[in-house]
Amino acid sequence: MATRIHPLLGAFAILVFFFLLAPLVIIVGSALSDTTFLTFPPQGLTLRWFANIFQMEAFRRTAITSLQVALLGTGLSLLIGIPAAYALNRYRVELPRWLSTLFVLPILVPEIVFGFALLKSITIGLGLPVFISLVVGHALLILPYSVRVVGASLASFDFSIEEAARSLGCPPLKTFMTVVLPNIRAGVIAAFILAFITSINDVSVSVFLTGPGISTLPIQILAHMEQFFDPTIASVSVLLMLVTVGVMAIVEATLGLTFLTK
Amino acid sequence: MNKLARWGLTMPATIAVVLLLVIPVVLTIATTFGEAGGPFSTYTAFFKSGFRMAVLYRTLQIALVTTAIALVVGFITAYVIAQMPGRLKSIMIVAAVFPLLTGVVVRSFAWLIILGKNGIINSFLMWAGLIGEPLSMLYTQGSVIVAMVYLFVPLMILTLVGVLEGIPRDLIEAAASLGARPIPTFLQVILPLAAPGLIVGAVLVFTGSFTSYATPQLLGGEKQMMMGTFLYQRAMVTFDWVGASTIAAIMVVITIGVVFIMSRMARRLNPMAV
Repeated sequence: MATRIHPLLGAFAILVFFFLLAPLVIIVGSALSDTTFLTFPPQGLTLRWFANIFQMEAFRRTAITSLQVALLGTGLSLLIGIPAAYALNRYRVELPRWLSTLFVLPILVPEIVFGFALLKSITIGLGLPVFISLVVGHALLILPYSVRVVGASLASFDFSIEEAARSLGCPPLKTFMTVVLPNIRAGVIAAFILAFITSINDVSVSVFLTGPGISTLPIQILAHMEQFFDPTIASVSVLLMLVTVGVMAIVEATLGLTFLTK
Repeated sequence: MNKLARWGLTMPATIAVVLLLVIPVVLTIATTFGEAGGPFSTYTAFFKSGFRMAVLYRTLQIALVTTAIALVVGFITAYVIAQMPGRLKSIMIVAAVFPLLTGVVVRSFAWLIILGKNGIINSFLMWAGLIGEPLSMLYTQGSVIVAMVYLFVPLMILTLVGVLEGIPRDLIEAAASLGARPIPTFLQVILPLAAPGLIVGAVLVFTGSFTSYATPQLLGGEKQMMMGTFLYQRAMVTFDWVGASTIAAIMVVITIGVVFIMSRMARRLNPMAV
């Protein structure tokens, strides 16, 4: 589809992009302000708010927890999600339809309800440690990405290559690792990135699963904001945005960003 | 062997979802029917309470307004992006994706700086001499809606760019060559073809804003309590777990109901799937 666009529509789109990006510029600006309150445009420039983050135990600790939860949760969801995605595509006809619906349930059920239900049943009901509940909760929350995104690349995978390897005597697991996996590399990377980003930014599930002494970075930011309204929050936000920039650079280098609209 | 393989491979994920999602959520909802006053007593209490109904109405209203604005803004922007030549298009998509990958807390926080008492808008209006003292824009329905629109427009854009790019150029050229002017072409060709995508986008935005927690927490406060913040407050502040479970059940029914009805509608409206 390509036709000429009306200048008014073009102008509108420019305004929308201004609306989308200006708030992020404002965060960066106010993180650099040499004032004890949040302001934009910045008054004086300083990096002391960034230094301040590293002096605050709570931010350091929760950032580490967030990273651990995101990595473990993403790993776990891929570990159970990839085999499921594989089976759903390989044995499409034989497996019941409700199975693929089951794997998107974590997106369908409101996150906040899921968090509350997990708190009641896992953390309190089964008495599991908070950290385990967090990892399990995140793994489940991001399972749909693993199944759907990996599934999308398996849908265009030619399973006869796999059969060729099998008929030549390659054992099943080795076939999967050396024949199937390299062919769905892009899907696995994409699923990993989407899952990781979702986990590291999650609020609605984590808010129920953080306990005394253990919290994730977004929850810590929320808690900090209730007491202080200083540029520290802006500088933490900038660091989180830098993580996003890093991730986008990886996406661009490995897959090209246009895959996101597909 | 084959049968074993296909069930074995899906088993871990199936068990995880059933054990950790389905059962906990079903149990949570089940507790609401075990009250002393009869199985539906917590629901009658909910629907009779002016305060609780006000929260539900407010949440529906904010979610609907957000969805409507996101649809219009997202559609126009996606339309413009879809017309752009390759390089520019990629840049615009990146610009739309970037906020999407930035966390909810960070993006909501930006609006605290913009709309606050000492925020950018107030400082500017005071500097320009248009107002004598700062306006209170935070903790209003408007502030929640602005932040929600900000949150969900990128999602709408991304959903629709893919859909609009999928519309065959021939169809538009055919309409033009048969003498259709731009507006009728838009209304009679592009819009019907984009309808399923618009519905998918609308469902994503509606359910996302209906169930949101962080944004109403930061920008709405107590005054603009929504279902998500209400659920949290009942569960973790007043420890009224049956009340919280009732809210959870209502949220589940509404979200799944909307997803179910709208996805059927999307399927029926798809003119390409004859």
